[in-house]
Amino acid sequence: MAGFDKVVASYEEAMAGLQDNMTILAGGFGLCGIPENLIAEIKRKGSKGLTVVSNNCGVDGFGLGILLEDKQIRKMVSSYVGENALFEKQLLDGELEVELTPQGTLAEKMRAGGAGIPAFYTATGVGTPVAEGKETKQFHGREYLLEEAITGDFAIVKGWKADRYGNVVYRHTAQNFNPLAATAGKITVVEVEEIVEVGELDPAHIHTPGIYVDRVVLGTFEKRIEKRTVTPTE
Amino acid sequence: MSLTREQMAQRVAQELQDGFYVNLGIGIPTLVANFVPNNMSVMLQSENGLLGMGEFPTEDTIDADMINAGKQTVTTVKGASIFSSAESFAMIRGGHVDLTVLGAFEVDVQGNIASWMIPNKLIKGMGGAMDLVAGAENIIVTMTHASKNGDSKLLSNCSLPLTGKGCIKKVLTDLAWLEIENGAFILKERAPGVSVEEIVEKTQGKLIVPDDVPEMTFS
Repeated sequence: MAGFDKVVASYEEAMAGLQDNMTILAGGFGLCGIPENLIAEIKRKGSKGLTVVSNNCGVDGFGLGILLEDKQIRKMVSSYVGENALFEKQLLDGELEVELTPQGTLAEKMRAGGAGIPAFYTATGVGTPVAEGKETKQFHGREYLLEEAITGDFAIVKGWKADRYGNVVYRHTAQNFNPLAATAGKITVVEVEEIVEVGELDPAHIHTPGIYVDRVVLGTFEKRIEKRTVTPTE
Repeated sequence: MSLTREQMAQRVAQELQDGFYVNLGIGIPTLVANFVPNNMSVMLQSENGLLGMGEFPTEDTIDADMINAGKQTVTTVKGASIFSSAESFAMIRGGHVDLTVLGAFEVDVQGNIASWMIPNKLIKGMGGAMDLVAGAENIIVTMTHASKNGDSKLLSNCSLPLTGKGCIKKVLTDLAWLEIENGAFILKERAPGVSVEEIVEKTQGKLIVPDDVPEMTFS
């Protein structure tokens, strides 16, 4: 078992090897399914000059937003940002760079990166500012853009359950970008709510097979809700 | 009278068909879900990775892991499925979604749409809008016909950076239902009590007005 045992005992161990100027791929959509404790560990370590690839950049005081407090992020690659005042300030002050990427293109860039596909063509973004400087090609009479894949030095992922071999399942829509980030990190770290024994997860229901995963760490999660909407009961 | 937001949603809902998979954007498009006819089954796709979005949860069932693309807490309907962002956009880009409804700042007679960026203002990003307009065959844009200053949003050429090129064929404004064909807007229906003259005046791009432009009807 030892050879496949991915479980590490601490968050310090989980993020060991992270250095300044590295690229980190992060799962999550808004604040849903974000690797909140791994982000907190990056803040504790104080690594600087980071490029972070994530659909969003958290909010003030939570999620990736906390890495802005000590100016740890040099560049964000995201589809939608600016839910935080600090982000806006650093962007306007020129301390932070943003590469806005269509959401589906961002997901596909990570998927392709993990699958060994260096680039792909897509119709998304043709004729828009996203197309500037990119190669285009016609297929079946329609124009497509060449988009390059993304890989990272680290992928930080939030799972629901994992076994010791690093097989992961996600909970509800906390899945989002997590399985894609998981495939595309040189070192993929998954934090989970529960670690189960090998064999307990149904092999047919694994979202991320352990082959992609290097480290698994057990955490407890705040799971902050960004927009609490309810149907009133009588 | 120009249409209310609810009437606009109601008019869009008339385009739904039984068995449609539908992606609704934020704002007026979201309201369309309230007007799905009772005898019809429609499955709502939310691009964060959910097909079969249900109503908001109750206080007892609220779950931080169950949200929609607007980051609101939601529920699933019976028969729903949940998947990754890549799978979600495979559905969208692969043309599997039957109807997409989204808002815009401007559209033009070439079917171009601008909906995400106003230069020199804070730019938050396009989210999934560029994928949605590039991937969908059947798109309805909902928007006000003119700005508060009276500037037309139906143009000969979009002035703002585009979200997509040549992809819009149907537009519902607070004044009219229009289709885009061969480099022109075609006035199909007008809001009850709104004159053709008013629509002509507020449409900057080339507008074709058929002999008969019926008023919209709402049941």
